[in-house]
Amino acid sequence: MTSPIPGGVDCDLHPAVPHLTSLLPYMNGYWRDQVTTRGMTDLVSQSYPVNSPISSRPDWRLAQGKPGSSLADMQAQALDKFGTAYGICNPLYGVQMVFSEDMATAFCRALNDWLVKEWLDKDDRLRGSIVIPVQSIEKSVAEIERCAEDKRFVQVLMLVMGDMPLGKRHYWPIYAAAERLGLPIGIHAGSAYHNPPTTVGWGSYHIEDYVAQAQAFQTQLTSLIVEGVFARHPALKMVMLESGFTWLAPFLWRLHKFWRGIRMETPWVDRAPLEIVRSNIRFSLQPVDAPPEPDTLNRLFDHMQSDELILFSTDYPHWQFEGDAVLPEGLSPDLVRKIMIDNPLATYSRLRVKETTP
Amino acid sequence: MNIQIRERPQSAASTGLKTAIADCDIHPARATKDELYPFLAKRWHSHLETFGAGPHHGMMEGPPFPKAQPNASRRDAYPPEGGPQGSSLSFMQKQHLDPNNVALGVLNPLATGQGLRNHDLAAAICSAVNDWQIEKWTSKDSRLKGSVVVPNEDGVAAAAEIRKRAGDKNFVQVLLLSRNAEPLGQRRYWPIYEAAQEAGLPVGVHAFGYGGNPITASGWPSYYIEEMVGHSQCQQSVLASLVLEGVFARFPKLKMVMVEAGFGWAPSLAWRLDKVFSKLHAEVPHLKRRPSEYIRDHIWWTTQPMEDPESRDHLFQVIEWIGWDRLLFATDYPHWDFDEPSRVLPAGVSDANKQAFYLDNAKKLYGVS
Repeated sequence: MTSPIPGGVDCDLHPAVPHLTSLLPYMNGYWRDQVTTRGMTDLVSQSYPVNSPISSRPDWRLAQGKPGSSLADMQAQALDKFGTAYGICNPLYGVQMVFSEDMATAFCRALNDWLVKEWLDKDDRLRGSIVIPVQSIEKSVAEIERCAEDKRFVQVLMLVMGDMPLGKRHYWPIYAAAERLGLPIGIHAGSAYHNPPTTVGWGSYHIEDYVAQAQAFQTQLTSLIVEGVFARHPALKMVMLESGFTWLAPFLWRLHKFWRGIRMETPWVDRAPLEIVRSNIRFSLQPVDAPPEPDTLNRLFDHMQSDELILFSTDYPHWQFEGDAVLPEGLSPDLVRKIMIDNPLATYSRLRVKETTP
Repeated sequence: MNIQIRERPQSAASTGLKTAIADCDIHPARATKDELYPFLAKRWHSHLETFGAGPHHGMMEGPPFPKAQPNASRRDAYPPEGGPQGSSLSFMQKQHLDPNNVALGVLNPLATGQGLRNHDLAAAICSAVNDWQIEKWTSKDSRLKGSVVVPNEDGVAAAAEIRKRAGDKNFVQVLLLSRNAEPLGQRRYWPIYEAAQEAGLPVGVHAFGYGGNPITASGWPSYYIEEMVGHSQCQQSVLASLVLEGVFARFPKLKMVMVEAGFGWAPSLAWRLDKVFSKLHAEVPHLKRRPSEYIRDHIWWTTQPMEDPESRDHLFQVIEWIGWDRLLFATDYPHWDFDEPSRVLPAGVSDANKQAFYLDNAKKLYGVS
């Protein structure tokens, strides 16, 4: 087993909102009334059915309640267990599925405030991602600006499957705000289910939706690169979360080949896709979609032609690895240090200000 | 890829490959709009002229994403007698089949009835295109073999068209496109697989088609390059659907070919499927084996557009993960991103693997001696 080293940054932790009613204290009177009067139910996305084996490791399930809803368990099973210095909380609560931008805004605001009070205030290792109401660009920017004043928010969180490809100019004000405030954009697996969850329509099974996340990340990377997001926002970092990464090298071979052939269509893409990925895009470690042989994994890292792309993650409480084997076999000590410490610190500029946080 | 910037002689010189090859993705075109009419009932002539073909996208003419070249084809591939690229047998022979020593050429007609909203029209055009392949191509050059095109959204009609062509040596496979109304593993398409298995024909799934769904899971992208790169993501979802719906468990003799969608992604997808399946198998109890085993046994891959990493070792490692016995060489003639046979493989491949890659795998799969 490859042993984790202390002082790492866990870039993908999922604290669970116990129920929509848990957010009521963080809503104004109007929205509290809406939720209760209309009998609104919980916002659990089909991307992560609570009882699906993927949604929680069996030994991390609670006797009662959603996996990931206990801070004490997260501390014992992830933060203490792996000697984590910082853990970045990415709440996967189904606010992106909501169709009304007003409702989405109220829920996102409540979710972000809930994260501060129930998690960040209770463990000084924890950091947060700002969940935004992508249903409205203007309101997303306002929410980013509101939350960013708290330096414990270190990134903006979006889902990989939304209404439009993420490179579209429509979304650029979000990227401008994130770049200005030193916040990477985290793009996490999951769908708003406003479009069919695969590139070829609706499948029949949860397993299909989960496999399709990797394809969604690929189409989003194409979109982000060819639309010119990083030509316009060169300092912007984006982190693909729970994306898998073993598809990256062959994906880039293909994108590079077509970029060489038809770059006249998108002349503002003035650097090769691989260079753009190296300077602006990162990937969380888990899940590792590869066989357990160290030789294969090292070849895959070799194909990626960089040891700076991967950021440590447990994906807690999702079930991606067994026991303590959070790091795949065969990683060199140097690569372990890069993945666990150097790469995340180089990506999340706000993590360096720990000592000055009030 | 091959964009011709400068004029070059219309008769291509030999590319220097001495051995015979199979080209498993050639696109024959119609020289004129009405070239299909002799094979099509009269009522459809006026229908087409009045209402158009009616695909699952908005354009009366031309593709939703404008191509990088006229007809997405090489500028040096216009036949001297006129008509679009790929529409002349004699020029295809002169420019491609003869100089490149093509011993077996698999025709994949693209502008057919596949994906049309009117199912009756779709069936009529597909049947006409199949007749046209025999009349214009395969009966005139024995190196060429056709693909049975089918009205894909109507599984029963599609199966009838396959049965009609079963045993006809002009055809070596059934052709589907990757983007349909639903992912291809869905049951509406099962009659196609049943008939193909019965006829002993592999089913090729060529990148492309419009099924009414946005071509990413986040809606419609902006650019042609996104559509082109995205074919590999669509193909991944198609393959996942075929495996997870149990198509290969249900049709154990079915062989499928992934055409023009890349193959570099195959190992990663298979690893991901296996990993997720190890946890979620209870949802798909109809699968009797791991997803990667179905892929290994049932899937072949055409090569164009060839994966092109900086290091040839990376390419060889990926091919070893897939198997040298599963790749089928293809050029995509006359399309602009044509792969030149002699330049596709880097140095360092054994003669046996080269022979399999360029010819033998295809002959074996398609049953052509």
